[in-house]
Amino acid sequence: MMTLKVNGRDHQVDAEADTPLLYVLRDDLALNAAKFGCGLGQCGACTVIVDGKAVLSCVTPLLLLEGKQVTTLEGLGSIETPAPIQRAFIEEQAAQCGYCIAGMMMRAQALLQRNAKPTDDEIRAEMEPHLCRCGTHMRILRAIRRAAHLMQTADASTVQRSAQ
Amino acid sequence: MNGPVILDRRRVLAGSGALIVSFSLSRALADDQAAPSPAPKPPGSLATTPFLDSWVRIDADSSITVFTGKAELGQGFRTAFQQIAAEELDVPFASLKVITADTGRTANEGYTAGSHSMQDSGTAIQNAAAQVRNLLVAEAARRLNLPAENFRTENGAVIALDGQSFSYGDLVAGDMLHVQAQPTSNLKDPETYKVMGRPVPRVDIPAKVTGGAAYVHDMRLPGMVHARVVRPPSYGAQLAECDISAVEKLPGVLKVVRDGNFLAVVAKKEFQAVKAMTALSAAATWKETATLPKQNDLLRVLTSLPSQEKTILQRGNPAAAGEKALEATYTRPYQSHGSIGPSCAVAQFTDGVMTVWTHTQGVYPDRQGIAEMLAMPPARVRCIHVEGSGCYGHNGADDAAADAALIARELPGVPVRVQWMREQEHTWEPFGPAMVTKLKASLDGSGVIRDWNFEVWSNTHSMRPGGAGSMLAAQHMAKPFAVPEPRPIPLPEGGGDRNAIPIYNFPNAKVVHHFIPAMPVRVSAMRALGAYHNVFSIESFMDELAGIAGADPVEFRLRHLDDPRGREVIEKAAQTFGWHKGQQAPPNRGFGFAFARYKNLAAYCAVASEVEVNRQTGRPRLVRAVAAVDSGQVVNPDGLINQIEGAILQSMSWTLYESVTFDDTRITSIDWQTYPILRFNSVPDSVEVHLINRPGLPFLGSGETGQGPAAASIANALANATGKRLRDLPLTRKKIRDAIDA
Amino acid sequence: MMTGRIVGGAVAALVVAGMAVAFAIAWRPSIAAIDAPAPQTFDAALVRRGRDLASIGNCSTCHTMRSGKDFAGGLPVPTPFGTIYSSNITPDAETGIGRWPEAAFRRALRSGVDRSGRHLYPTFPYDHFTKVNDEDDRALYAYLMTRQPVRAPAYANQLSFPFDQRFVVAGWKLLFLHGGTYQPDSTKSAEWNRGAYLVEGLAHCGACHTPRNALGAERASAQFAGGEADNWSAYAINAQSRAPVPWDADALFVYLRQGWHPDHGVARGPMAEVVSNLSDVPDSDIRAIATYMAGVFGPPTPDRKRRSDDVLAQVKSSSAPALPVSAAGAAIYQAACAACHESGRRLPYGGVNLALSSALSVPDARNAANTILSGIRPVEGERGPIMPGFAASMNNAQIAALLDYLRARFSSQLPWAGLEQTVADARHAQIVFLQTSPGPNNTPADASQRDKP
Repeated sequence: MMTLKVNGRDHQVDAEADTPLLYVLRDDLALNAAKFGCGLGQCGACTVIVDGKAVLSCVTPLLLLEGKQVTTLEGLGSIETPAPIQRAFIEEQAAQCGYCIAGMMMRAQALLQRNAKPTDDEIRAEMEPHLCRCGTHMRILRAIRRAAHLMQTADASTVQRSAQ
Repeated sequence: MNGPVILDRRRVLAGSGALIVSFSLSRALADDQAAPSPAPKPPGSLATTPFLDSWVRIDADSSITVFTGKAELGQGFRTAFQQIAAEELDVPFASLKVITADTGRTANEGYTAGSHSMQDSGTAIQNAAAQVRNLLVAEAARRLNLPAENFRTENGAVIALDGQSFSYGDLVAGDMLHVQAQPTSNLKDPETYKVMGRPVPRVDIPAKVTGGAAYVHDMRLPGMVHARVVRPPSYGAQLAECDISAVEKLPGVLKVVRDGNFLAVVAKKEFQAVKAMTALSAAATWKETATLPKQNDLLRVLTSLPSQEKTILQRGNPAAAGEKALEATYTRPYQSHGSIGPSCAVAQFTDGVMTVWTHTQGVYPDRQGIAEMLAMPPARVRCIHVEGSGCYGHNGADDAAADAALIARELPGVPVRVQWMREQEHTWEPFGPAMVTKLKASLDGSGVIRDWNFEVWSNTHSMRPGGAGSMLAAQHMAKPFAVPEPRPIPLPEGGGDRNAIPIYNFPNAKVVHHFIPAMPVRVSAMRALGAYHNVFSIESFMDELAGIAGADPVEFRLRHLDDPRGREVIEKAAQTFGWHKGQQAPPNRGFGFAFARYKNLAAYCAVASEVEVNRQTGRPRLVRAVAAVDSGQVVNPDGLINQIEGAILQSMSWTLYESVTFDDTRITSIDWQTYPILRFNSVPDSVEVHLINRPGLPFLGSGETGQGPAAASIANALANATGKRLRDLPLTRKKIRDAIDA
Repeated sequence: MMTGRIVGGAVAALVVAGMAVAFAIAWRPSIAAIDAPAPQTFDAALVRRGRDLASIGNCSTCHTMRSGKDFAGGLPVPTPFGTIYSSNITPDAETGIGRWPEAAFRRALRSGVDRSGRHLYPTFPYDHFTKVNDEDDRALYAYLMTRQPVRAPAYANQLSFPFDQRFVVAGWKLLFLHGGTYQPDSTKSAEWNRGAYLVEGLAHCGACHTPRNALGAERASAQFAGGEADNWSAYAINAQSRAPVPWDADALFVYLRQGWHPDHGVARGPMAEVVSNLSDVPDSDIRAIATYMAGVFGPPTPDRKRRSDDVLAQVKSSSAPALPVSAAGAAIYQAACAACHESGRRLPYGGVNLALSSALSVPDARNAANTILSGIRPVEGERGPIMPGFAASMNNAQIAALLDYLRARFSSQLPWAGLEQTVADARHAQIVFLQTSPGPNNTPADASQRDKP
């Protein structure tokens, strides 16, 4: 039994300490966003935020997370009240099959939290761990730029509820 | 070749794939037929599923459900179909719900493949909805005893001239919609479209960006357990020994399933299943026998394997030699679908009924295969499509479904979820076949191609179920099912010969297809099938010939093309790119152009590109691409643009980076380390897509139209940048560097 | 008073003489600029040779920034005296070396002086390049003058006084620059001499692998005893090597050729770039380097050989040594690392056997820390290892515990000290390294697959 703080709430998780965070999120906490893409840290589909930094949850066992704060896409916003990053991806229609997108959004979110005005080169460099097989890259980049803009304008009042 | 096709249900379900796609062709070509059809059939998939209520259901409370036998693969079809139905039914877009491929609820539309969904299902929905609207108006007219012309439809109601209105729910009674569709419909005038042709936001994206349940991977049924398969290490490997006793005692393990060479473990929690799988894999020893060909010798391998030769085009006398001749050979390796989310399925066997939730492209053929594998009547198997990650053809989805069904049978009443591992998807998916093309052509004195010879060697491009033997679980069982005999997909669709027949008007031309039945490596359909390599070859070769003729590549193509829509697409791409004769690319850069009409009957696509080459390292970089597309009546322009952008980037990745690797026994490209694909540091500066909308014209399949032109455009741009021509895919950094150095 | 005047005069004369001497030492004439020579005037074969030599010299790695244009400079190189930025050596007329005649280029390599007579900081390792002969200088010149000119003005170095005064370099050179081309040793083979010429000259291995004194010069008495680059430890590559399995010429050849060796490890950090550049170089040159360096390593002592045999035997039998290990570290390793590192993948994927990898046996924990922090990045379009970095998911204490465990389990050396500080220092330095260094162009991979589609 371990206490895991996810999206601002404490959860009692009945999983072995060596369980990767990804399985805990999906199976124990029924959170969908973080995805199994490879389990090897090669594709980024499982990315979540831990203490403000983007992390590959498939290679992050529970035992590393004592006292740390986990944020998933669900913690940023919802369909009714989307966070700027979610709004941006919807407005840019930045998805084809969409499987890679949640991971992309979390890394972008972490980037924008520490660098509100990244250059195009900085965004591309940041997103290097992520694969998209459908070829949605152009829209993903546009959506991230849009999110940066949204986060800086007055519309950003729906800022992430429990990210930190 | 193009006569009306008698639909034979058994042959359809036997899974050659050929008939399922070609029957609708006869629809499209009906106008060209001299032979009379018995009675004109209704359009699209209505021909095989004619009852209107198979497509549209209206409840007493006016809620409307639209059914399609096609699946949402991430192309945005759910949204597009919703637009089509909303338009023709005259209801608000948001008031409809679309139910997709489900053997228990929807029509049998075969596979969501071949870029047929708009042509088959979109057309059916469009016509069914229009006819339903007519019936509703007729019913209102009957009730008020007034002529139908006195009524209009708006917002889900039929409204009389005097303002009296009936909601659709009021009008629908009993079996009113259980009528067969007419061959023609009173379709809306495109000028009046409110929602069709608009970039309506996709209905599935909001859930996908907020953590809503969207994929089969997200399913959580009550009591669901987790399974992992232990696959053999290579094709044909036999399980020699396996001590399962230790694995059975691992925490959470519920069952180890062993049926011949099929080995799987079921556990309560997912990570327990993963650990048990690792232990089970370590406990298994296999006898391997595979002999795979030499990976770097595919040209020789493919052209020496026994093949069935067929001349698919013979025009004039292509042996006539023009003044300037050229020969070239182009090759493509095996390539992987590389779905980001490894395949997954959930199955439950309750009260003698097997239900499988799967991201297969064909719920009916998959059902047939699973029923055969389990020796059950198909009526007791239900396959429901739930989205997976992009499949780009026949990936591991059907196999995962079979795995889940086979395991679920061992645990009656319990939902079983099977998730493939990354390595399993990479090594066991059926690959896009390796191909060889040999081209020979000559020009006359005025720079016009006078004869053209094209030969293509390829495996089959479809080993889809149908038969149980198409699925790994059935092949590996103790009483295995034989892998079905591969058969070529007939033209005009084609498999390895898809787009082998050039669209250009050459006075003398011969095209030969060498169909290779032997499959040293597991293969099946991958986006665009043979068209990717055939268009790559044709369009590279056209550039090579243009070079000999001293002609501008765009002008050279127009010189040989009559098709007005094709010409317009070429001109549009060139113009929006800024292409002009005598242009000079900046240092270390090159411009390239390519064009094709997918299958010579689906969407048109032209791509102009600019690439940059690093002379030190040979590194190629796509700087920008501009595409023009004609796909007939556009339903959702943004969805279409999204697909074409994606096709260009995916094709770029295939073309510059990708090949499956293997040693003499095993596939060795097992993950993203060993099968690298496009990452953000190589994404171009810009990709533009320009649509030429054709209101009122038939929908043309567009999901695969970009793959070939993008590849050839990049290859041509590289040749322009370096002065060297590369003909062997993938066009890697090292190959480019060696070519520059030579 | 007369004495005073004489003394004063003598002092003045001494001072003037001293300044004259200093001036004579420090001053170098400017060489007249020329019009940038047209690329076509250079012989193609010469240019190609220059390209191979530039690969050995690793020029692009220092003179290119991440995402920058080749050879356009701008890479920040941290030194104990401040940060120095590499210069633009493209043939741009205004901001590069486009107007340098060959004589100026040769002088820069031979004695560390630029065209206008300014001393170059020895971050540019002319203490090695001085050994390069005239023909090779000519080929390098031809190569660089035929690159793409890039307009990129030099970044200002950030050096504190007096190091920002270039003439102080003259003093440094007096002490530490032993100019002149390499002189072959007639008692050794041609291959050995070729290796020595390359290693001591262009390849400048000692620039990283030799420790430096307080004035930043290589310590001649400790040649190849270990140094550093970009906060990566450049291991001792002489008899003091701590590699669990001693290096020999064959192993070194394989390692330099393919970027990894099953008995030694995978080239990481700055060495990954070196090996990436060397992949263009003919086998014979790599062999020569390996032959020369094998002599530098020297044959292993009997004791060392015995320990090496033990390790190899242990690894083969895959029995874990019975040592007290950090429980926290063991749990982290099992949960976060073993899934890849003990998956039995074909090498080098999943890492080479950690018991054989030098990183865990050397005195300096930095390389292991760097690898855990930032993993191994994919290289565009190339097959090669990808390892996720754990900087975001592990804190310093966790990485320190893991390193402690790895050291105990996979080496026979005493525990590292000060691990948390090492990790803390590594974090920042790694970020800078990854952000600025251009990165390798190809990857360590199976030799049969390297560079192949």
